[in-house]
Amino acid sequence: MDNILQTIGIQNYVLLSTLLFCIGVFGVLYRRNAIIMFMSIEIMLNAVNLLFVAFSTYHQDAEGQVFVFFSMAVAAAEVAVGLAILVAIYRNLTSIDIDNLKNLKG
Amino acid sequence: MTLFYILSAITLATAFLTIISKNPIHSAIYLVICFFTIGGHYVLFNAQFLAIVHIIVYAGAIVVLFLFTIMLMNLNRENETQKKGLVKVAAAISACLVGLVLFASFVKSQPFVPEYYVTGEDFQSVKKLGKVLLDEKEGFAVPFEFASILLLVAMIGAVLLSKKEKQANG
Repeated sequence: MDNILQTIGIQNYVLLSTLLFCIGVFGVLYRRNAIIMFMSIEIMLNAVNLLFVAFSTYHQDAEGQVFVFFSMAVAAAEVAVGLAILVAIYRNLTSIDIDNLKNLKG
Repeated sequence: MTLFYILSAITLATAFLTIISKNPIHSAIYLVICFFTIGGHYVLFNAQFLAIVHIIVYAGAIVVLFLFTIMLMNLNRENETQKKGLVKVAAAISACLVGLVLFASFVKSQPFVPEYYVTGEDFQSVKKLGKVLLDEKEGFAVPFEFASILLLVAMIGAVLLSKKEKQANG
């Protein structure tokens, strides 16, 4: 049962996940297109999942992988509902630019 | 060893291209590549079950959903209005600050396992994982059932939300 952690070490995976998470944060703040923001949120979720699996392998404990499994189920549900909301917004406003969604502003 | 660096470079590059490409279709394609490389990382960890599930759920379901939505909204044009320059600079600065804080907190932390060694015990094959997940005494059978309810509710909600509203007649 050889795996990558014997040659790489956990630090590189921590660094990779941090960078991936920051790219996701950057995407949410940088874009106005709501779909791209959703994709950035997916990237952030994946960064966290990757670190979960890395530490699960590091501690040789399968429970971290079970948590990733549940987080994937929640991510799938979140994307389905979120995209449905986006479709509804697009029907009403014919745009998904988030700067147009100011109706609640006083 | 080199495989890790190649995969990581592709992951980070495609994640960045997902965000900066103007056409949403291109973003979705880059996102598929990003998810595949993350699946490759799972294979490197020898986590077979999660690698397969990741490919099926993310590349198979979520990105297809994204692509259908993009096509439904007919967004494959490149005339999206950009944010103002100052907002972009602020976004870059805050992302860098988040990275700085996270990295500073991780670089000072001590590993819980002082020295990593492989016991050779099989802990993440599909068989073992199924036992951990659905064990009768200390398994995760109840959260598993709740996940199925969550998916059912999400499906009903998505159908209800995306259904065309009838013309209001009172």
